[in-house]
Amino acid sequence: MINIFQVAYKNLLRKKARSGLTIIGIALAAWVLVSLLGFNRGYESSLNKDIDNLGFQMLVTAKGCPYEAATLMLKGGTGLRYMKQEIADSVASQPEVEQITPMLMQAVFDPNKGESGGITAYLGVDPATFPKMKSFLEFKQGGWFSDPNALEAVMGYEAAELEQREAGDLLLIPTKNVELKVVGVLKRTGTQDDGTIFLPLKAVQKIFGIKDELTGIGVKVKKEADIAQFEERMYRLPDVQVVSLTQVKQTIMTLVSTAKVMVFSIALIAILIAVVGVINTILMSVMERIQEIGILKSMGATAWDIFKLIWLETLILCLTGGLIGTAMAMATAKLTEILVRQLLPYAPSGGLVQINLVLVLFTFGVVTLIGLISGIYPSWKAGRVRPLDAIRSQVE
Amino acid sequence: MMGANDHLAIEAYHLMKLFRLGSEEIAAVNDVTLSVKEGEFIAFIGPSGSGKTTLINILGCLDNPSSGQLVLGGRSIFDQGKTLSEAKLTRIRREIFGYIFQKFYLIPTLTVLENVVLPFTFYRKPGAESEVGEVLRRLGIDHRQGHLPGEISGGEMQRVAIARALVNRPKILLADEPTGNLDTKRSEEIGQILKELNQKEGLTIVLVTHNPSLANRAHRVIELRDGRIYQGEEPCDPKAGCS
Repeated sequence: MINIFQVAYKNLLRKKARSGLTIIGIALAAWVLVSLLGFNRGYESSLNKDIDNLGFQMLVTAKGCPYEAATLMLKGGTGLRYMKQEIADSVASQPEVEQITPMLMQAVFDPNKGESGGITAYLGVDPATFPKMKSFLEFKQGGWFSDPNALEAVMGYEAAELEQREAGDLLLIPTKNVELKVVGVLKRTGTQDDGTIFLPLKAVQKIFGIKDELTGIGVKVKKEADIAQFEERMYRLPDVQVVSLTQVKQTIMTLVSTAKVMVFSIALIAILIAVVGVINTILMSVMERIQEIGILKSMGATAWDIFKLIWLETLILCLTGGLIGTAMAMATAKLTEILVRQLLPYAPSGGLVQINLVLVLFTFGVVTLIGLISGIYPSWKAGRVRPLDAIRSQVE
Repeated sequence: MMGANDHLAIEAYHLMKLFRLGSEEIAAVNDVTLSVKEGEFIAFIGPSGSGKTTLINILGCLDNPSSGQLVLGGRSIFDQGKTLSEAKLTRIRREIFGYIFQKFYLIPTLTVLENVVLPFTFYRKPGAESEVGEVLRRLGIDHRQGHLPGEISGGEMQRVAIARALVNRPKILLADEPTGNLDTKRSEEIGQILKELNQKEGLTIVLVTHNPSLANRAHRVIELRDGRIYQGEEPCDPKAGCS
């Protein structure tokens, strides 16, 4: 015997090309939706991880654009602003501060990097305080600097891979003609540290001729401290601004949200196109089968029976499309990530496209909803067909 | 062998069906009064446009008359413009009637067996399922049950359509030009099947056909012209009793 589901399924096999194209339309919409949601999820979690792994909760920088400060904090900027080193002492003297670490970022264009050259960032850090704040950093080879003034470098995992350096090798700073000795290579952290070359602060100041100036001060605040009050006091210091982690997250997420709205608009358009495609397919199928639907009604099918049958056909199309689209999104997640990284070079490190079960189920829910909604009109129209319509068209 | 008894399966009184064509009103069915006994086999004949199909549609509750009265098995269905609800008409259609048409309307992606049992998807008379094999055998298509409609002949397709109309054990079989798409040999076979269903099963059959050979298998042949029943060269007078 045969049930209504089998009848609906076999009806869709009649016009295989049309059903197939509709399924592809839905699959593409589902693919876009899963990938975008996965990207959104991955981007946020990677960004949070990057920020949390900074090791300090606040960054004091020279006054300027907060976005630039946020970029500097995460990736190392090129349009750097400087502040006097004595500011570090006044920050350290604040009662809320547990520890500070002064930093000086310098960026140099290296014509030998990549195909058309690239920027290499050198971060001058204080050997006495920076390793303590970043206690989670582990070494693959070697260790921190032997002396606060030494011309030595500790390389992040990816920086060492890119430059093909190991502990004990020499490293030349382009344009400065200064050779550094690589004393340590860090293990992979999945953060921006992987691409950084760390030098002693004093060595950077000396090599680049920047005396008593810094680009940032990392601040670790005491657990019981009133951060809001501390920030308020810091704002009163001349020529500096305080960027807290919360601010950084908010600043970047504001930028990300703007892009997200646009991206979700595209996803919405893809879904709407899919809905229109489904309605069109099912409606055409209903129109072609008016006589047959009339005959089904003469056999005793009620309007609701016909509604169910056509609705089921729509659901089968949508769920099959959803299944294929989700599978495609999962299979191409890595490829999507590579593509996104090409387009967004400053994207956070770690998995950028993260697809999980909740996301898959959510997409299935959306696709099912598409099926249910887009099936209503054609199903209602089919349910209204009278047996006589079949007979009349036969007479014609 | 079974035959017609005195219980009436269909009673129709002064049925009219009017269509408006521009400013003109055309009577497709014009004051038709007739009755069909249970187990009777009647055939409507007549030229194209004589109202045969419109009449059989009204008798089979597929269309409403403009006026007149229709009674099925003693139950009033239409009475001077008053009719039953669509839900009640659906129930009557599936409980009383089986329909076969000139085009077979088989679903091409379903097998012969699946097409035959398709009505069970919507409605199943108790015990009907166990008789499917017998229906297929009686119509000589049991060896074709796994085939798709595209793989069988036109005559076999119409047998499948007949089997589909019979699986829910209807009381009345309505057949509108069932041999219209078939050659002479296949038409004769279908005619023989209908005759046997009437004689052996006692099935009431109302047939519309252009085929005199098929019509001659019926107990009674009724000629329609311009929506009226004719007796010889004269239209029959319902008041005088012409059915």
